Parts: sequence; structure tokens; C-alpha cells
Amino acid sequence: MADEIKKLIEETGAFDCVECGKCTSVCPSAAFNKDFAPRLIVVKALEGIKNDPVTAKNMWVCLTCEICNGMCPYKVNYSGFIQGLRMQSFKEGSLPICSQGGLIHTMQRLMANEKLKQNRLGWLTDDLKVTKNKGDVVLFTGCAYQLGTVFADRVSYEREVPRSAVKILNAAGITPAVLENEVCCGHDLLWLGDEDSFFKLMDKNVAALKASGAKKVIFTCPECYRTINMDYQDFSGDMPFEMQHISEFVAEAVKEGKLKFNKMEKKVTYHDSCRLGRHMKVYDAPREALKAIEGIQLIEMERARDKATCCGVNAWANCDEIGKRMQIDRLMEAKKTGADALLTFCPKCEIHFNCATHNKVPVEKSLVDIPVEDFTNLMAKALKGG
Amino acid sequence: MSTEAKAAPQAGAWEPNIVAFCCNWCSYAGADLAGVSRFQYPPNVRVIRVMCSGRIEPQFILRALELGADGVLICGCHIGDCHYIAGNEQAEKRMKMTAELLDILGIGHDRMRLEWISASEGEKFASTMTQFTEQIKKLGPNPLAQGGEGDGG
Repeated sequence: MADEIKKLIEETGAFDCVECGKCTSVCPSAAFNKDFAPRLIVVKALEGIKNDPVTAKNMWVCLTCEICNGMCPYKVNYSGFIQGLRMQSFKEGSLPICSQGGLIHTMQRLMANEKLKQNRLGWLTDDLKVTKNKGDVVLFTGCAYQLGTVFADRVSYEREVPRSAVKILNAAGITPAVLENEVCCGHDLLWLGDEDSFFKLMDKNVAALKASGAKKVIFTCPECYRTINMDYQDFSGDMPFEMQHISEFVAEAVKEGKLKFNKMEKKVTYHDSCRLGRHMKVYDAPREALKAIEGIQLIEMERARDKATCCGVNAWANCDEIGKRMQIDRLMEAKKTGADALLTFCPKCEIHFNCATHNKVPVEKSLVDIPVEDFTNLMAKALKGG
Repeated sequence: MSTEAKAAPQAGAWEPNIVAFCCNWCSYAGADLAGVSRFQYPPNVRVIRVMCSGRIEPQFILRALELGADGVLICGCHIGDCHYIAGNEQAEKRMKMTAELLDILGIGHDRMRLEWISASEGEKFASTMTQFTEQIKKLGPNPLAQGGEGDGG
């Protein structure tokens, strides 16, 4: 254990920490939870304190949103450090209480099972032009359909996301391939520290993607995009295809004149989810895509782009009253812009924000009642002839 | 005795493992009645008592299947009879979603069943267990069961 922590300190640059506390000052979790500080976790590890009960708790409080990484003058990789700690913790069998009783993690572990044949493409309808398993452009659909089913009382519209993505690609003259044996990217299991299951999922996806002969893979989910782009390439070498988020695809297609939208009168605000924003540095593409839709007015929130706060939950491991306060805070900020809807790409952000307003809220309901909408769905709705 | 001897599994033959969640107030009492009335039903069922069918999370069913159960039964009070007023209505909603999820995941909703069994329906309890065991036998072993790891409860 001690050796592994030492290795982790070296790998993540934690050794360079000068204890300035900038990480804590920007941490969205620390703003509401005075027992939590990213700096404290790293400093305690540097001082060689083992089996610290505060660290054992706080490693699960961290949202891995990476706002601290961006702020650190010495570029300490806090989220990487937390991920390493979690892997250690998982090996020792110490786990947090997960929301939904761990349902989502079980679903993902089931997908990792060799013998299970999923009905992955249950969302396909006849009006969509796709090929199965083989093609130049692959659409990695992610788990939006599954999550929309589990959380049907809050975000049933997520079941539409893969369909919307295909509609957008079709409108741009592309017939994407969809994979029957695609599985969950494993993001949540990786951030829960369950390496073994993550690697099983990774191997399945890498095999399926390579067998497809894809030259380009398009993602709608920011978590899939991050995981395959960064983690898969870290663990199993460079992928033989280009990767693109749907917002980048749309921005590019609009510029080339391949994609046209109808007029749509709407005031919207956009929430930069941490995986798409800070992790993958995709800030401009969604905004360019919105500009292409005539009549859409984007009103930025006070904290946007790399300063965007978090939706309050990571890997289903820390849904609690702190997360709830962060969600309410963010929704109030969105409502204050006067927009008709809060747009985001991340299915998890959508679930967490909807959850916050699902029951009683600690403030006036009118301060937070802004509908959370899926960006991909909105783009599909605005398509010409769509 | 003779019926029991017939039903006893042959060595090596596959017998399904079935988990039955029963609510404390109706279905568990129904199981009790089936017992004291000496109604016969297959020995494949393991009963887990919960206070209300509304307590049963989708995760319980997935987790049972992940650990190698071949089928999962959820039994509660009839609609309108719930000890906690509407727990079973919640259960119905959740189980509908779970069935859909099982189909999406490729396990199939046939491995799960929701039944309302009241405290006076010992016979219904026994017949439900018999029918469901037959259904699972037809479906065969749970594909997720890993080399008998989850066998034997």
C-alpha cells in the first residue's frame, strides 16, 4: 500500500504541491463542505499518513471535476491522484454507499460478462439510416438509452438521444455504423476503482471498434468521449481512428455547409459538463453549434467554460446533501440568466439536475424551475426536415 | 415422502436457484400458510422477507441475477391492501422498469415475476412457486452464473 501511494505521488506530480490552497478555493465541493479540501488529501499522503479516516471518506467526496487541476500553479493531477486512491480502496474492499443501491454499477458489470448478449440497439427505428457493426463512421451511442429507462420518471427524453444523433448524422449525409456488441465505456467503474471490470469493458469495446473498420468515431456522451479518448488510449495504446464529439461534428458540418437548421425561437443557457469541458477542452464547438440555429439565443451563466461548476455527483458514489446544494446552486444560476432551458450533453448532469428539483427544494421553487434539456435532442429537433 | 423422493434432484442434474422476495404482511404470511397447510411446492425457492414489496430495489433483482440466481420472484400484498398504503404501487412501477431493463440488458424479463399473494392465499403461493420454477426450468440456467459460484445460496 505505502509503495503504491509513493508511486502515485510521483505519477500525479503530487510531490510538487506547494500547499497554496488554490485547489480548495475553487473546489465546488469544498464551497459547501468545510470538511473537504483537495489540498488536505494530497498533503496528508505526502506526510506519509496511512489509513487516515478523513482521507478514506474524502476520496469519495471528490467530484473529479478537475477544476483544481486547472487552477494548480504546479499542475498537480488531483483527479488522477483520487482515482489511484480509489483503486487502492476498492482492492481493500472499502466502498462508498452508491446511489440507486449500486444499480448502475451492476448494470455495467453485467455488460462486462462474456455470456450476456445485450439488446443494445433496441432504440433503432426504420426511419434511421444506419449500418450494423461495419462502417467508416461509427456512432458510439453510450448508455443514454439505458439511463433514460432507469430514470424514466425524470429523464425519459434521454432514450431519444441515440436516435437524435443518428438523425443529425443522416442529415449531414452520413450513414453511421452502430455496434451491436458495444458495451458501457466503463467510466463509472473506473472512477469507482473497479479496474478489473473496467478492463473487461475496455477490451470488448476496443475489439468491437477495431473490428468495425472505423475511420472516425462520434460520441454524444462526454463521459464515453473522455474515457475512450484518454483512458483507453492510456491503457491499451493509440486507437486507429479519429474521435469526435457530436458538437464538434456539427460545428464542422455547419462550416462546410453540409448541415442546415430551421429557425427556432428559444433562449437557452449551456452547462459545460466537466468531462466535455475541462477534461476534453471542448468549449467552443457547442457554442458554435448553437449559433448555427437561427433564433436561438445563448445566455451564458456567470460561471461558464472552465469555471463551470459541477452537477454534484461523480460515478454515482457521492449523492448526498452537499451534492444537492451544489445542484440547487447551479440551477439558481441557470434560472437567473432568464433562459427557457438549461442545455447540456452529459446524461448524468441531466439526471442529477432533474433529481434536485424532483422533490422538495430548500429555496423558492420559482428560483430553480428551469427545464434541463439534452443538447443532442435539441439539435435534432431543429434539423431541416426533421 | 414418496412425492419428495420423486422431486429430489438427480446427482449432477441442473436445478434452478430462485430467490423470492416476500413482503412481511401478506406474501410471507401466505408462505407460512402454504407451509402449515402442507401444500407442496418445489424446493428451489429461497424466500427473503422484506417489510414491504416497495422496499425491493431494481438493484436487488440485478444483483441476485449477477450472483447467479436463475430467477427472481417479487411477492407483495394485492393493490389496495398494502400495509403501508401504497408500497406495492411503487413496487409495480419499479418492477415494470426493471423488466424493461432486463430486456435491454439481454437477460430477458422472463426471469423475473411480480405476484400479489395475500396472507390467505397459501395455495396461490404454492402454485406460483411451482409455475415459476417450471418457467425457469424451461429457460435454463442463468447465462451469468459463473461456474456454480453462486450455487447453493
